[in-house]
Amino acid sequence: MSTATEHPTYNYRVVRQFAIMTVVWGIVGMAIGVFIAAQLVWPALNFDTPWLSFGRIRPLHTNAVIFAFGGSALFATSYYVVQRTCQVRLFSDTLAKFTFWGWQAVIVAAIITLPMGLTSTKEYAELEWPIDILIALVWISYAIVFLGTVKIRKTSHIYVGNWFFMAFIITVAVLHIVNSLVIPVSLFKSYSVYPGTVDAMVQWWYGHNAVGFFLTAGFLGMMYYFVPKQAERPIYSYRLSIVHFWALIATYIWAGGHHLHYTALPDWTQSVAMVMSLILLAPSWGGMINGMMTLSGAWHKLRTDPVLRFLVVSLSFYGMSTFEGPMMAIKTVNALSHYTDWTVGHVHAGALGWVAMISIGSTYHMIPRLWGKTQMYSVPLINAHFWLATIGTVLYICAMWVNGILQGLMWRAVNEDGTLTYSFVEALAASHPGYFVRWLGGAFFLTGMLLMAFNTWQTVRKGSRAPRVDSAAQTV
Amino acid sequence: MSSFWGAWVTVITLAVIFGCTWLLFQTRKSETFKESTDTTVGHVYDGIEEYDNPLPRWWFQLFVATIIFGLVYLALYPGLGNFKGLLGWTSTGQWEEELQHAEEVYKPVFAKYAALSIEDLQTEENKSGLQMGQRMFANNCTLCHGAAGTGAYGFPNLTDDDWLYGGAPATIKQTITNGRNGGMPPWGPVLGEEGVRDVASYVLSLSGREVDPDAAQRGATQFQALCTACHGQDAKGTQALGAPNLTDDIWLYGGSFEAVTHTIRTGRAGMMPAHKDLLSDDKIHLIAAYVYSLSHN
Repeated sequence: MSTATEHPTYNYRVVRQFAIMTVVWGIVGMAIGVFIAAQLVWPALNFDTPWLSFGRIRPLHTNAVIFAFGGSALFATSYYVVQRTCQVRLFSDTLAKFTFWGWQAVIVAAIITLPMGLTSTKEYAELEWPIDILIALVWISYAIVFLGTVKIRKTSHIYVGNWFFMAFIITVAVLHIVNSLVIPVSLFKSYSVYPGTVDAMVQWWYGHNAVGFFLTAGFLGMMYYFVPKQAERPIYSYRLSIVHFWALIATYIWAGGHHLHYTALPDWTQSVAMVMSLILLAPSWGGMINGMMTLSGAWHKLRTDPVLRFLVVSLSFYGMSTFEGPMMAIKTVNALSHYTDWTVGHVHAGALGWVAMISIGSTYHMIPRLWGKTQMYSVPLINAHFWLATIGTVLYICAMWVNGILQGLMWRAVNEDGTLTYSFVEALAASHPGYFVRWLGGAFFLTGMLLMAFNTWQTVRKGSRAPRVDSAAQTV
Repeated sequence: MSSFWGAWVTVITLAVIFGCTWLLFQTRKSETFKESTDTTVGHVYDGIEEYDNPLPRWWFQLFVATIIFGLVYLALYPGLGNFKGLLGWTSTGQWEEELQHAEEVYKPVFAKYAALSIEDLQTEENKSGLQMGQRMFANNCTLCHGAAGTGAYGFPNLTDDDWLYGGAPATIKQTITNGRNGGMPPWGPVLGEEGVRDVASYVLSLSGREVDPDAAQRGATQFQALCTACHGQDAKGTQALGAPNLTDDIWLYGGSFEAVTHTIRTGRAGMMPAHKDLLSDDKIHLIAAYVYSLSHN
C-alpha cells in the first residue's frame, strides 16, 4: 500500500485491507456456491472425492460467504464509518491489525478443515473448537476497537449506524461464545455441552441471530451510512431509527425457535418464537422505510448512479425477505415450507439481494475514496455488475420458490388409501429444472463479482478511466 | 417447567412486547411534527443529517396490528410459560387427532387386504393392494434396496428369488417386522493372509470360476473345518442363519477375488432394521406382498 493515500487522521490501511478481501472472499465463496449448485444439477461433479462432496463443501460455501465475504465487508465498512462519523482515528491500530490477520487466519483454517470433514455439525458454526477460540479472540478485539473508538468520539451523539454496528458486535460475541461451548476430546473433535433439545434450541438461537445481528443489524449499520452519503440526503426520520432499532434487537433474539416448529421443542417455545417473529415485521421494515424515504428528492440520481441502484435494490430485497421471514415463521406456513428449497430461496433473497448488494454498493462507494481516486475505473462496469447481480438474484429466488412449493405439495400429497402419492426421489426429480435455474442465477451473480474484481484492481492501480462526472457516486 | 420458570418466561415475554408498545406510543406522542418536515434534529455526522419526520402512519398501524395478533395468539395457544392457552391446543394433540382421522379413514382399506393371504394378493383383482405396497416400498425401502428393488452393494436384490433368509411369505414378513442381523466373523487372524487367499480360491471355484487349483485344494480343507457350520457341507448356505449360498455366483459384497478375500479376512456385518415400530402390521403385510411379487410375477 502506498503511503501517499494515507489519511492524515483515520486508519484507512485496515479498511483497505478488509475492502480488498471482501472482493476476494466474495469470489471464492460464491464460486464454491456455484460449484455445489452445479453438483445438485450434475451429481457426477463430486468426482467421487470426499473433500469435494456436497456435505463438506456446502458449509465451506456458507462460512465463506457469511463470515469471509460478509464479515470482511462489515469490518471494512464499520471501521470506515466509525472513524468518519466519530471524527476520530481507530482506538487501537494494533488491535485493528490483529482483527484483520486473525480473521484471515480463521478463514484459511476453515478452507482447510471443512473439506477435511472436521466439523462440529452445528450449522453456520461448523468450525472446531481451536478455531472457535481464535474467532472469540478476534471478535473481542473487534469490540474493543469499535467501542473504544465510539467512546473517544469527537461528536456529541452516537450516529445511528454505529448503534447497529455496536448491537451486532456485542450480540455476535455472546452468540458465538455461548453456542460454541464444547468439551474437547481431541484437537479436532469436541462435543457440545448442551443436551438434545436444549442443544437444538441454543443452536438456532445462535443460527437465527447470526441472521438477525450479523446479516441484518450489521448491514443496517452499513445502510445507515452509505445510503444517505451516496444519495446526499438526510436520513428520513430519526424517531423511526430509535423505535425500529430497539424493537428490532429486542424481538430478534427470541425468533430462533421458529427453525424448530413441530419438533421436540416445547410448544410454548415455538409459540413465543412465532409471535416474536411476526412482531419483528414492522421493526425490520423500519430500516427499509428509513433507507427508501431518504431517497425522496434524490430519485433522479438512480438514472446515473449504479452504486445508488445497488443500495436501493438491496433495500427492496431486504423489505421482501423480512416480509417473507415472518410469514414463514407462522406454523401453518412453516408446515409446508420447512425442509424445502423455499427456505434456501428465502435465505438467498436476504444473502444475495440484501447482504451482498448493500456490501457491493458500499464497497464501490469506499474504494475510490480509500485509494484517493476520483471515481471507480469504470462506471459502466458497475452498471453491468448491477444487472448481473439483480438478474442472478431474481433467477435464484424464483427457482427456489417454485421448487420449494412443489416439494412441499408433493411431500404431503396423499392417495385415497392413505399412502403417499410421491416418493422422495420423484420430488427430487421434479426439482431438477429449478436446480438448473438456481445454478444459472448463481453464475450470473458470480460473473458480476469478477467484473467488480477487475474494476477494483484497475481503480487501485490506475484510477478513473473517464473524466470526473458530476455525481455523488464518483466524488471523493 | 417449574412455576418459577413459567413466571419468568411470562414476565420477560410480556416485558418485551409491552416495552416495544410503550416505546412506539411514547415516540409517537412526543413527535414535534405530525406532517412531513424539512427540520432536522440538529446532529451532523460526516455530513449526514437526520430529519425529525413523524413515524409513518401505515407503519405505526402495522406495528400495532402485529402486537395485537401476538397477544391474542398468546392468549389462545400455549406460550406464556405454564399457561396452556384458552384453546387447549398442543402439538401432540394435533398429531393424535390426525392419526385418529387416518385410522378411521384408511383402516378399512388396509383391513380388506389384511384378510387376504400374500399369495392371493398377487391376483389381478387385488392389483390395487399391490400398488399400495409398491408406494410404501418406495418411501420406506428404496433408499437401500433401490427403486426397482434390485439392491446395491451390501443390500440384497429382491427380484432374483435368491434369498438370504428365505422367500416364503411368512419369512418376508418376519424380515420386515423384526429386521435381520447378518454377521460373518473375520477369519484373517485365524487363517493368515495365505489361508485367506486359499479359501477365497476355493469359494470362487464353487461357482465355476477359474482359480489356482493348488490354492483351491488347500482352501477346501480349511473351508471344511471353518465355514461349513454356517454355509453348509455343500456350501449352499443356511437360511436360518442368513448364511448365503456360495455356489450361485450371486454376491452381496462383490464377487471379485479382492472382494471375496476382503470378506473372509475382515468379516461382514449386514443389518436390516426392524420396521415393527415404524409400520403397522397391515402395512407390512402389503409391503411383503409387493416384495414377494418382485420375484414371482
